[in-house]
Amino acid sequence: MKKQKINITIDGIKLAVDEQCSILDAAKKVNIHIPTLCHHEDLCVAGNCRICVVEVEGQRALSASCATPVAEGMVIKTNTAKVRKARKDVAALLVAEHNTQCTTCYRSMNCELQEIAAEYNVDNNTYISLVDPNYTIDRSSWSIEKDDSKCIRCQRCVRTCAELQHVNALTVANKGKEMKISTFLDLPLNEVVCTNCGQCINRCPTGALTERRFYDDLWDAIDDPKKHVVMNTAPSVRVALGEMLGFPVGTRVTGKMVTAMKKIGMDSVLDTDFAADLTIIEEGTELLGRLKKILVEGNKEIKLPMLTSCSPGWIKFIEHMYPNHLGHLSTCKSPQQMFGALAKTYYAEKMGIDPADVVSVAIMPCAAKKFEANRPEMNSSGYQDVDAGLTTRELGYMIRQAGVDFLHLEDSDYDSLMGESTGAGAIFGATGGVMEAALRTVYEVVTGREVPFDNLRIMPVRGTDGIKEASIKLENLLDEWKFLEGVEVKVAVAHGLKNARIIMDQVEAGTSPYHFIEVMACPGGCIGGGGQPIPTNEEIRKKRIEAIYAEDEGMPKRKSHENTEVQKLYKEWLGDVNGHKAHELLHTHYTKRNRY
Amino acid sequence: MAPSNGLKRVDVIFGAYASTKYLILQKSIRREKQEIIQDIIDSGLRGRGGAGFPTGLKWKFAAAQPGNEKYVICNADEGEPGTFKDREILMKVPQKMISGMAICAYVIGATKAFIYLRGEYQFMVPDLQKELDNFHEQAREMNFDLTIELRMGSGAYVCGEETALIESMEGKRGEPRNKPPFPVVEGFHGKPTVVNNVETFVNANMICRIGVEEFIKLGTQDSRGSKLFSISGDTPKAGVHELELGMKLSDFVAEFGDDDTKAVQVGGAAGFCVPRKKFDTTIIGFEGMPTGGSMMLFNSSRSMYHVLHNYLEFFEEESCGQCTPCRVGCQQLLLGIEAIKKQERPASYLNQLLKLSETMKIASKCGLGQSVANSFSSIVENYVEEMIY
Ligand SMILES: Cc1cc2nc3c(=O)[nH]c(=O)nc-3n(C[C@H](O)[C@H](O)[C@H](O)COP(=O)(O)O)c2cc1C
Ligand code: SF4
Ligand code: SF4
Ligand code: SF4
Ligand code: SF4
Ligand code: FES
Repeated sequence: MKKQKINITIDGIKLAVDEQCSILDAAKKVNIHIPTLCHHEDLCVAGNCRICVVEVEGQRALSASCATPVAEGMVIKTNTAKVRKARKDVAALLVAEHNTQCTTCYRSMNCELQEIAAEYNVDNNTYISLVDPNYTIDRSSWSIEKDDSKCIRCQRCVRTCAELQHVNALTVANKGKEMKISTFLDLPLNEVVCTNCGQCINRCPTGALTERRFYDDLWDAIDDPKKHVVMNTAPSVRVALGEMLGFPVGTRVTGKMVTAMKKIGMDSVLDTDFAADLTIIEEGTELLGRLKKILVEGNKEIKLPMLTSCSPGWIKFIEHMYPNHLGHLSTCKSPQQMFGALAKTYYAEKMGIDPADVVSVAIMPCAAKKFEANRPEMNSSGYQDVDAGLTTRELGYMIRQAGVDFLHLEDSDYDSLMGESTGAGAIFGATGGVMEAALRTVYEVVTGREVPFDNLRIMPVRGTDGIKEASIKLENLLDEWKFLEGVEVKVAVAHGLKNARIIMDQVEAGTSPYHFIEVMACPGGCIGGGGQPIPTNEEIRKKRIEAIYAEDEGMPKRKSHENTEVQKLYKEWLGDVNGHKAHELLHTHYTKRNRY
Repeated sequence: MAPSNGLKRVDVIFGAYASTKYLILQKSIRREKQEIIQDIIDSGLRGRGGAGFPTGLKWKFAAAQPGNEKYVICNADEGEPGTFKDREILMKVPQKMISGMAICAYVIGATKAFIYLRGEYQFMVPDLQKELDNFHEQAREMNFDLTIELRMGSGAYVCGEETALIESMEGKRGEPRNKPPFPVVEGFHGKPTVVNNVETFVNANMICRIGVEEFIKLGTQDSRGSKLFSISGDTPKAGVHELELGMKLSDFVAEFGDDDTKAVQVGGAAGFCVPRKKFDTTIIGFEGMPTGGSMMLFNSSRSMYHVLHNYLEFFEEESCGQCTPCRVGCQQLLLGIEAIKKQERPASYLNQLLKLSETMKIASKCGLGQSVANSFSSIVENYVEEMIY
């Protein structure tokens, strides 16, 4: 049956659109721009900012185009005096309520309110300023900074936290002029269930929610001749950073990024992908170990499914929401934390540097990595393993501040030690990537053969479906792994904490059919991380994902266990995989937290 | 000038109704549903909660919706300042209201109904529950399947707005929804829902009792029936009075004024202020100035600046705060008139504020923000000097 089409007229243009299509989306189809603020493609409709109003013939009041579905015969006008005046007035009201500090604001030039205020050339003095001169900024969290004086109350953050993340750390409190975005009991962000995922930041149209910035500290370290600054960059940074520096979405800027960081003055530019490969070795071995303990030794204490542990937003989520199921988590640290622990031990030793002088900095797509770096247990090197976690956005700022002409930069390679990586490490940046990397290695370890997928592409775990499943039958195994003969390994991949909750409810109920589950806190995985360039939407995330897989296929090695620097690390320094030293440096434990 | 029909007192709403049996309901559920709907349409009954939507049409839309999970909600939130007429109904003749709800449930095909009761009316709960128990017993005897539940309001004015009311009943924050979809299509739990005012249900019940012909003898062409008025302010006769709709405001003031009436606020804070010079030309009813029932009289001792100031304070607090024009606009109007009074802004700033109220009227998300301009512009335009000096 053919879908019913609705005939409408917008600014004199006749068109037919699907039922339930909003006026806003219909206008987009004919290239009519309508300003929006509370609207976000990833979220349900709110219709509260009222900047998107249009005239519908026959209606006294204007209609919010984002929230009004088309109706047969509807005649819409988007550019009338009535509409323009109302929009300008709405913008002026928002500005009156706003602590307008564009010259010093972190979101300047990337702010939806600023853009609209400029578009309508709003006069700051039309209305009386409502800004409380005694406003305070919540800087209690390591990751998230909340400045209510820049909040336009669009509730995009609240919807993000509830709809995409099922966390509900942010809520709307009070009514009327006191209405604001708050937390449970108005507690500071570090005392509530916030997972630090930063998804709310990515969808905040203004500078009201931002990541805590540490790049000035990094500049200090760079400028200090005694300090040896070691940088490592996460897989997903290289496919997103370009967006901040003039490249189209989905451009891979790996080589330019490395050059830029060297120009900025980092002493060593290394790759988190190295640690990702290392993670696969440790985590894959841990998984096989768990299977062996259960199948061979009949150990009832061992928990399956095993859950990945590289996403710190996910870790805090499970600590709050499922504190009695932490035994399912892999004990492996995240690549960032493995890297940090090694930077101040292995790396310092090999390079002959006093670890006290090593400043280890991770460039991450993530806001939660800042919190993770500051977890009290993360000091197995004898120092704080990671001195700072910076976002992709912060790096973009630093590159701009350094006056580097990024567009025309030549490429260069990562430094060594700990600079080598494989395609398996690279795909950590996309949802399903950790799983794919793990399967590429684990399957080969137990069978001696490559995974049976064309060109190593394990398609069932790729893509943007919220939950993905796959299974691989283990047959004709090497002698050592005969106990797994015939086992059908079932895996799942979830991204976005909403989906993590579905997965965990199964685990809690004891009905989870899987052996191994990858969970990433952010929709799309790290490429959609809370520290990535803004804006975000499904299309942008898909383009970044494509770039990640292109990165993988451009690498000479695509399996973690082929990383020669990783092999060397074990042989020369670390000893056994999952061995004593590895446990000391590369594994961690978790903390039970409250629901509220 | 519109003709006046004088001032006619009526006594049908509280009129004698001795039986504890739900006889009108019993009679009605033997009738064709379409026939009842047609009666309500023909009666010209319009909602008594303020907006005045034709009740028969609302019921017709709801009845036409597919599915058998539908709801009826009686809006007894009565939060409009100066309105206290539903309170009288709830205390004196709850049975007429319940009967009206049940008839509505019958025609739209609902088996579940709610009374959303203003928080302050908690004291009525025992009596209302007793009447509901009686109803449920009678309904069982009639083999009529309907459960009516009492729900307490949250104390926010905005929760009287039907979609905020529904949100609040669903346990959420009382924020108005986007319309469309309207509650008759997607209401409580996304199901077709009729929300009517207390008095509307009483009237619907009355139409089923006395018939359309008798009913339309009351009121005028555009404003059928009688109406309960909550009369307050500078009047010797404060209280609830039942009058026919369509009267001239001058007739009303002659009856209820104190010989010094300067202005009448028709319809509460969300309504309009009518100055003395317009009493003669103002008709109270849907053809002129509609009202949910609140009539507040002010005599010459009152400062209209203070009246407006009070209203704006009320609105800036009672706005749910979600939408920009209303949340920020209410604050700006209040600060604006204060700034003019203190001479921090020139008198001409009033024009900016009037334009702002116009924006609020057309761009706010719900009736609250949309109606602030009513009192604002009618007071400011008629009492400019009082605003400035
Ligand atoms: C801010 C606001 C408050 C309202 N409060 C009430 C109320 O207390 N009681 C009421 O019946 N209707 C109230 N309404 C009107 C309702 O939204 C709705 O139109 C009415 O309940 C429909 O019933 P009716 O058609 O019988 O009048 C309010 C509307 C707004 C915008
Ligand atoms: S949030 Fe936007 S409008 Fe506000 S100060 Fe920052 S850049 Fe300017
Ligand atoms: S960081 Fe994540 S969990 Fe915390 S408030 Fe934002 S969306 Fe919610
Ligand atoms: S914090 Fe940002 S996203 Fe949240 S309501 Fe304020 S402006 Fe909107
Ligand atoms: S108009 Fe006022 S009460 Fe209505 S939705 Fe907007 S802010 Fe809330
Ligand atoms: S974008 Fe439509 S109301 Fe905010």
